[in-house]
Amino acid sequence: MTTEAIQTDLTEETEARSRPSAWSRLSQNLSARIGGGLLLLIALIGLFASFLTTLDPTEINPSNRLKSPGHEASIRDDEGKKHKVTAHMGTDSLGRDIYSRVVYGSRISLVVGIAVALISVLAGTLIGLVAGYFRWVDAIVMRIMDGLMAIPAILLAISLVSLSGASLFAVIFAISIPEIPRVVRLVRSIVLTIREEPYVEAAISVGTPTPKILWRHVLPNTISPLIVQGTFICGSAILLEAILSFLGVGIPPETPTWGNIMAEGRDFFQIHPHAIFFPAIFLSLTVLAINMLGDGMRDTLDPRMDRNI
Amino acid sequence: MATYLIKRVFSVIPVMLVVAVIVFMMLRLTPGDPAAIIAGDAATSQDIAQIRDKLGLEEPLIAQFGIWIGNMLTGDFGDSFYYKRTVSSMIADRVGPTLALATFTIFLACIVAVPLGTIAAYKQGSWLDRTVMGMSVVGFSVPVFVIGYIMIYIFAVKLDWFPVQGYQPISDGIGGFIYRLIMPSMALSVIFIALIARMTRTSVLEVLNEDYIRTARAKGLAESKVMTRHALRNAAVPIVTVIGFAVAILIGGVVVTESVFVIPGLGTLTLDAIQGRDYPTVQALIMLFSVVYVLINLFIDVIYTILDPRIRY
Repeated sequence: MTTEAIQTDLTEETEARSRPSAWSRLSQNLSARIGGGLLLLIALIGLFASFLTTLDPTEINPSNRLKSPGHEASIRDDEGKKHKVTAHMGTDSLGRDIYSRVVYGSRISLVVGIAVALISVLAGTLIGLVAGYFRWVDAIVMRIMDGLMAIPAILLAISLVSLSGASLFAVIFAISIPEIPRVVRLVRSIVLTIREEPYVEAAISVGTPTPKILWRHVLPNTISPLIVQGTFICGSAILLEAILSFLGVGIPPETPTWGNIMAEGRDFFQIHPHAIFFPAIFLSLTVLAINMLGDGMRDTLDPRMDRNI
Repeated sequence: MATYLIKRVFSVIPVMLVVAVIVFMMLRLTPGDPAAIIAGDAATSQDIAQIRDKLGLEEPLIAQFGIWIGNMLTGDFGDSFYYKRTVSSMIADRVGPTLALATFTIFLACIVAVPLGTIAAYKQGSWLDRTVMGMSVVGFSVPVFVIGYIMIYIFAVKLDWFPVQGYQPISDGIGGFIYRLIMPSMALSVIFIALIARMTRTSVLEVLNEDYIRTARAKGLAESKVMTRHALRNAAVPIVTVIGFAVAILIGGVVVTESVFVIPGLGTLTLDAIQGRDYPTVQALIMLFSVVYVLINLFIDVIYTILDPRIRY
């Protein structure tokens, strides 16, 4: 090697070292900044729902049915005193305050999104690691995953909920199942590449036990793609939960979820579109925020990965 | 190539078998007696016994599965518990609207998305490119029923250009048939426009860096010809793949869109069947949708192998 070559080699090395950390690269990314900021705002709305609303989201008020946004109503509290309250987003056909329901609805959406992302990423990683590393498991597991992927996610989720009964847990479970194969495929493909790497062979040759190889050498390589994938799963889970609720096969209708508010507003849509539009705006913005954050993460954390929908 | 094609065709069998096992086990794994679940809350013990007998529940599990598969292969999907008709006749009644909606949607998505994606790639980094890509992220994020209701509100309620909901079979006049399909397929196509435009852009961008594009330009070929004849043709494989993949989303989207626009297709049939706990119908429909998905993807794979001489297995 000539001196010149060594020098370029050295400069390259220092450049690599002075490369900004993943976090600072992410915070420079416009898409991630907008998405992250918006998501934080929605998370805060969900967190402080009880401070942001004055009315119980499940309280039925027959004298205030189907009021337009901005309607003022007087409501008697427990002590019998009359209060003036404003329904910022109007009321639904049972007289419930849509604003309160939308604000509380963000809790359910975020809980479902995060729970599904965690469950499917954890389960998928475990299955993917084993499938990628042990050939005999691989053949069986991948056939099952192919089969699961051949069933459209919405149909699989709807039938799982209808069989196990509508509840928050059933919905989370039902949405996680169709997402797992996508994680398994991702993790497996990474494992298949990594297991051919010299450092893995070196580890095998010095007698490192397999679980340790998986944990120390293989797993770290899956983390950034999985964070990206998990973010997209979170977004699609929120969407799927809303679809299930909207179709009337999700979380029980009295629970304030964005899908339920919209489902309730369907029959009166032509006269009172606000019951659909307000939750729709929140739902779309939340999913948009998550997708933008995911796009930003993919571009900064893992430029090689193609979008996996 | 022939060996690959035969292998590819036969690879459908294990996948469908797994789907069948999943669909079959879903009902069996539910806590409680499947016959009682099917019969519903108001069933007498006589009803339950009748259903047990009909499903062959006294037989061992493997035998039950065998009977079920055997019946399906001969086209017998059983009787609907809800409508008291054969499931296959119900599917035959409802398949038309769904097929029309799906075809219209994919057609619409392709004629809009492929030019959009190509232009975005051609003008990479321009405001046009950024707008197309930005809109595609929005297209992914706004659910189809929200788009549907926004369209109904603007074009049907406010402007009165289209009917709010409904479907007209092609036999009642082609004009009305197309007229009523425009809004639903536009609403459903948004996500596919986003998906296909993105894929087209990525794929065309990759091709544009190839040597043969430079050669084509160097020999003085018009840009429009470079794009259509050389770039798009070579970029086609990933675009077609994404369309095959989109079929899964399309099937889910059809269920939602049919519900929003009250179209009497397979999607609304599925929802009714699930809400009415009409399990033979649900099982048949899930099997049918999965078969369609698997076969379309098989078809696309086969088409490649024949059309693209570079693909060898």
